[in-house]
Amino acid sequence: MDKVLSAFEAISTIQSGMTIGIGGWGSRRKPMSLIRELIKTDKTDFTLVSYGGPDVGMLCAAEKVKKLIFGFVTLETSPLEPHFRKARQEGKIDIMEIDEGMMNLGLTAAGMRLPFNVTRAGLGTDALKLNPDIKTIKSPYSDETLVAMPAIPLDIALLHVHETDSLGNSFIFGPDPFFDEQFARAASKVIISSERIIPTEEINTEKTIWNRFERSLVSTIVEAKFGAHPTSAAPDYGFDKAHLEEYSNSIEPDSWKKYFDTFINIENTEYVQAVGGEKFISSLEVPVF
Amino acid sequence: MKNFTLSELCICAASEAWRDDGEVLATGIGIIPRLAASLAKLTHSPELMMTDGEAYLVSEPVPVGRRGDYIPKIEGYMNYSRVFLNLWKGHRHAMTGPVQIDKYGQTNISFIGHNSNKPKAQLLGARGFPGNTINHSNSMFVPRHDRRSFVEGEVDMVSGVGYNPSRRLKGMREDFINLKIIVSNLAVLDFKGPDHKIRIKSLHPNVNLKEVQDNTGFELVVDSENITETPLPSDKQLLIIREFLDPENLREKALPDRS
Repeated sequence: MDKVLSAFEAISTIQSGMTIGIGGWGSRRKPMSLIRELIKTDKTDFTLVSYGGPDVGMLCAAEKVKKLIFGFVTLETSPLEPHFRKARQEGKIDIMEIDEGMMNLGLTAAGMRLPFNVTRAGLGTDALKLNPDIKTIKSPYSDETLVAMPAIPLDIALLHVHETDSLGNSFIFGPDPFFDEQFARAASKVIISSERIIPTEEINTEKTIWNRFERSLVSTIVEAKFGAHPTSAAPDYGFDKAHLEEYSNSIEPDSWKKYFDTFINIENTEYVQAVGGEKFISSLEVPVF
Repeated sequence: MKNFTLSELCICAASEAWRDDGEVLATGIGIIPRLAASLAKLTHSPELMMTDGEAYLVSEPVPVGRRGDYIPKIEGYMNYSRVFLNLWKGHRHAMTGPVQIDKYGQTNISFIGHNSNKPKAQLLGARGFPGNTINHSNSMFVPRHDRRSFVEGEVDMVSGVGYNPSRRLKGMREDFINLKIIVSNLAVLDFKGPDHKIRIKSLHPNVNLKEVQDNTGFELVVDSENITETPLPSDKQLLIIREFLDPENLREKALPDRS
């Protein structure tokens, strides 16, 4: 059993119109090398589910997004995400905008193969009013009205981790695993990119505290050193503020074409060189909040 | 001659939001609210929990700006997943900076405009506002008190719940909604008017009632006898802010002094 494939092979299993969940948070530990590989294909019309950052923005800029399920999209280096903003202000994408906790609960429900999860989040707000598909429910134990947050099943989850063996025993060493586990459980198929692929014998008890979900969830593994760049993969490297700024400024069709040609429509090995090389990325300081 | 700036006055006023809250997670989003929560913990409410801004609880608030030699005093773990659990339990009081607030205390950080499919200006998204506001205490900071922030009618996208009877669903539990104070560059407001209507609690020095009302898109409750002047920062508070919490004076960039 060996789940390791090239990025091209892994991404070629994705079909147009699929619902894709993306792990990480804002500009932290996003599977950017997989996102770039996806942008290179002619597949489109995706429904994205994400604690959004440049993953969402880049797919919007590449016109791959039909619908976005989200609570926020931010670059963190600046609060707003310009490509996402542009797509929204031009009316180009459908949305389901919900509370970030509702999203967690929807993914969790899908992971437990349940139709919904119960919460108070959303009551009295436009997270319900603008999403008539999200229903309320009366508690069978009292008269309380609650939100029945529908499950958010995913066709695919794309995640970036620090280490994995070839079976999918994966390890996230960052201070916060975010909701990668919930994305993994909600998905029919999970593709992970990993900074390093290690032999199974290297795994010991101490390391297992960083193992956030079991390998049966992992379908495909892609080796991708610096695969989160320009987002961070703490403790290995921080986010690349200067690159995120260049990306942010590539908002007009001409400048986006230039960004696409320089940084996306190339091989992943070329990418590391194109953005400054291994030494440079390793030197990016982990952000302080 | 005053010996404090507007930002320092607001930080001290805002720190009052957390007084008597007990052992809750104090979250201040943005420089002024974060400094306010930090000041609360270092003065009247040491029992408050705070994070390093990422995934750890700290026993001493982390100063803003470059850390230099400062090493955060870690006391526990509070990653995002645990923040959700903490807030659903109600053990939190957040102070945020909404882009719009209406007369019901409903807040917006999502988008500006009336077409949700094609907004005039897309902002951050509703983030955790729906869940926060229905589960735990919330306060707000507004750096520019005007009719664009304090809007007439409802906010464009109701991200945070307020006390709006027309949005009350039958059977919806409201007793966890607890809006405490709004600190602006002109005044401190609270929700102690009839039916939680927004009331002027105190005016900042050299600000008059008319200025506050003229810059608010809805009618404020004026309980003249109980309106005070916003308490001035003490020497001790100023020392903590200037020497420890914000030595680089980021507060001045966040809220320039108006004198």
